[in-house]
Amino acid sequence: MSDEIVQVDGLTKRFGEVVAVNSLSFNARKGEILGLVGPDGAGKTTALRILAGVLPADAGVVLITGQDVLRQPEVIKSRISYMPQQFGLYEDLTVAENIRFYADIFEVSRTVRQQREDQLLEASGMSRFRDRLAGQLSGGMKRKLGIACALIHTPQLLLLDEPTTGVDPVSRRELWSILYSLVFEGVTVLVSTAYLDEAERCHRLLLMHQGRRLFFGTPDELKNMLPGAVLSISSPDPQALQTAVTGEQGVLSATAMGDVLHVVVDDPDRRLAQLRAKFEHAEVPFGELRRIPASVEDVFVYVISQQETEQGS
Amino acid sequence: MNLRRTAAMSRKEFTQVRRDPYSLIVVLFLPLVQILLLGYGARLDANHIPVYVLDQEGSQDSQALLKAFQASPYFDVIKAVDNYHALVRAIDADQCKLGIVIPWDFSERLADAGRTSVQAIVDGTDDNSAQLAEGYAQAVVATYASNVQLDWFARYGLSQQATTPLSVDYRTWFNEDLESKNFIIPGTVALVMALMGALLSSLTIAREWERGTMEQLIATPVTALEIMVGKLVPYLAIGLADATLCAVFAVGWFGVPFRGGSGAFFLATTLFLIVILGIGYMISVATKSQLGASQYALLVTLLPTSMLSGFAFPIDQMPAPIRAITYLVYSRYYVSALKRIFLSSAGISDLVPEVVAMTIYALVIGFFATRAFHKSLQ
Repeated sequence: MSDEIVQVDGLTKRFGEVVAVNSLSFNARKGEILGLVGPDGAGKTTALRILAGVLPADAGVVLITGQDVLRQPEVIKSRISYMPQQFGLYEDLTVAENIRFYADIFEVSRTVRQQREDQLLEASGMSRFRDRLAGQLSGGMKRKLGIACALIHTPQLLLLDEPTTGVDPVSRRELWSILYSLVFEGVTVLVSTAYLDEAERCHRLLLMHQGRRLFFGTPDELKNMLPGAVLSISSPDPQALQTAVTGEQGVLSATAMGDVLHVVVDDPDRRLAQLRAKFEHAEVPFGELRRIPASVEDVFVYVISQQETEQGS
Repeated sequence: MNLRRTAAMSRKEFTQVRRDPYSLIVVLFLPLVQILLLGYGARLDANHIPVYVLDQEGSQDSQALLKAFQASPYFDVIKAVDNYHALVRAIDADQCKLGIVIPWDFSERLADAGRTSVQAIVDGTDDNSAQLAEGYAQAVVATYASNVQLDWFARYGLSQQATTPLSVDYRTWFNEDLESKNFIIPGTVALVMALMGALLSSLTIAREWERGTMEQLIATPVTALEIMVGKLVPYLAIGLADATLCAVFAVGWFGVPFRGGSGAFFLATTLFLIVILGIGYMISVATKSQLGASQYALLVTLLPTSMLSGFAFPIDQMPAPIRAITYLVYSRYYVSALKRIFLSSAGISDLVPEVVAMTIYALVIGFFATRAFHKSLQ
């Protein structure tokens, strides 16, 4: 238990009628990357804000390094770093001035600051931009500067809210390599993301939907929840396709996503031919029909439909 | 309160002001523009009032009286007209502010009974100028009259000693020439401080909210007190620098005397700035928007400072209920202190009531300001 840096139990937060976070429970161990995954509005940002001590909660317990965050949010602030989704640094200050500001706020000694500043800027390929105003950086570089400011002191817990949204692939890779090196030093990272490929880089995942926990476990355990594979079928009329596939043998769920239909099936090779025959027989117009890798959305839809069936029965 | 974090906050705030064109205008140009505008524009004395005259008699005596008007620095006799209608038209057309009518029997009655009168028609659309014109005209006529009287006495062989009527010699202290600029300009320092302090401090917290930097800031160990003090110290320093600039300008450019102590000047200015900055800061916390905050801040600082502080409108000439309200207006104490520091040789010990009142205000506002901000998104 002592290596559990974060313990969350029954966390609930309401905004008026809306329950943004609904009796959420999870934990995070020392030196692990825990991914918060879910669509927009799932409650990821609200949960991270409560953990960061910037938003009060309505019910539940949040312990970070054993300290009660909901009762005494200020106590843990020197031990954590929080990077909000929106770029939160001073655009009218330079890269170096931003870093220095946060170093002073966290009382990092001068020698440590200089050493870490060099190291962090080097790792993120930003050494040349030290004297550039933060407002003149690209989206990816802004994120990296945010990380550099968050890591100028050595936090025990790093909270990152969608750090890779709108970031180019190169910067994303650099960002993840920084996170891995942190974990190596024993830092715990909570990172929210909407990308499944990133979710797979996490040690464990917390899937959220409408404020609730859908799943909590390793990425492999998550994939195992989808028994089969996803077929993508393009069509001018996905609704008609959906009606056609519903109730077909081997079809576990079907969701229209724009102009394509995603169908979760038990055995992709067998069902591909079966569905094609079905559509031709029923004279439903369809275009390309192929197997695709499961996206986070597919797993969601499946897990949600499973839950609803469970609740129904 | 951690000094290092507070200093970091101050340094950051100062750098932001330095790089923000709007703030720089407020800091550098506003004080000068303000003091120039008020120094030149808001003078309450009138010079060179345009005058038309209608001399119905055209005698030596009537010309002598008109010469007295011409000689006065307050009046410019622009034109002599020959009928009453022309005079009325000139006033209607705003060609003159004052019309002097000398009756056809002016010198006759002067010689006969020693009593005569001239008519002065004053354009009363601007009440203040009208009163001044009327007063100056009376003074000119009175001087002329007493000269006539002295002549008359001399002619009839009466000794001047015996007959010179009792007169009062006024001596005005501190503003010997009764120049309104000496009365107005010290008070403009208060106006500049209120305007600049309110505009800058009302932006501090709102700016963090609007630019989205607040969320990350409140996730750090910095305390609400460190944020407040750190943010306001640069504005206090800027305010004191601007006050100095205003004082130098008032003395060097407008020739206003500065007879009091500079210690008293800086003490009073510091206390006043604490009140203004505290109010601006609280408004910034409450509104979370830069535009809204600056407007509210101007309303609660500049308005009372310009209307109810005695800056331009003397408090003892206000109706009693309003006069009572001015005791609650913090700017009144600063304006009063400023006027005495500039014009009389007041030091701190002469300004005890003002300093005490402003200290109480600074403490109360400071107390509420420290409690205004909470490190929470809600």
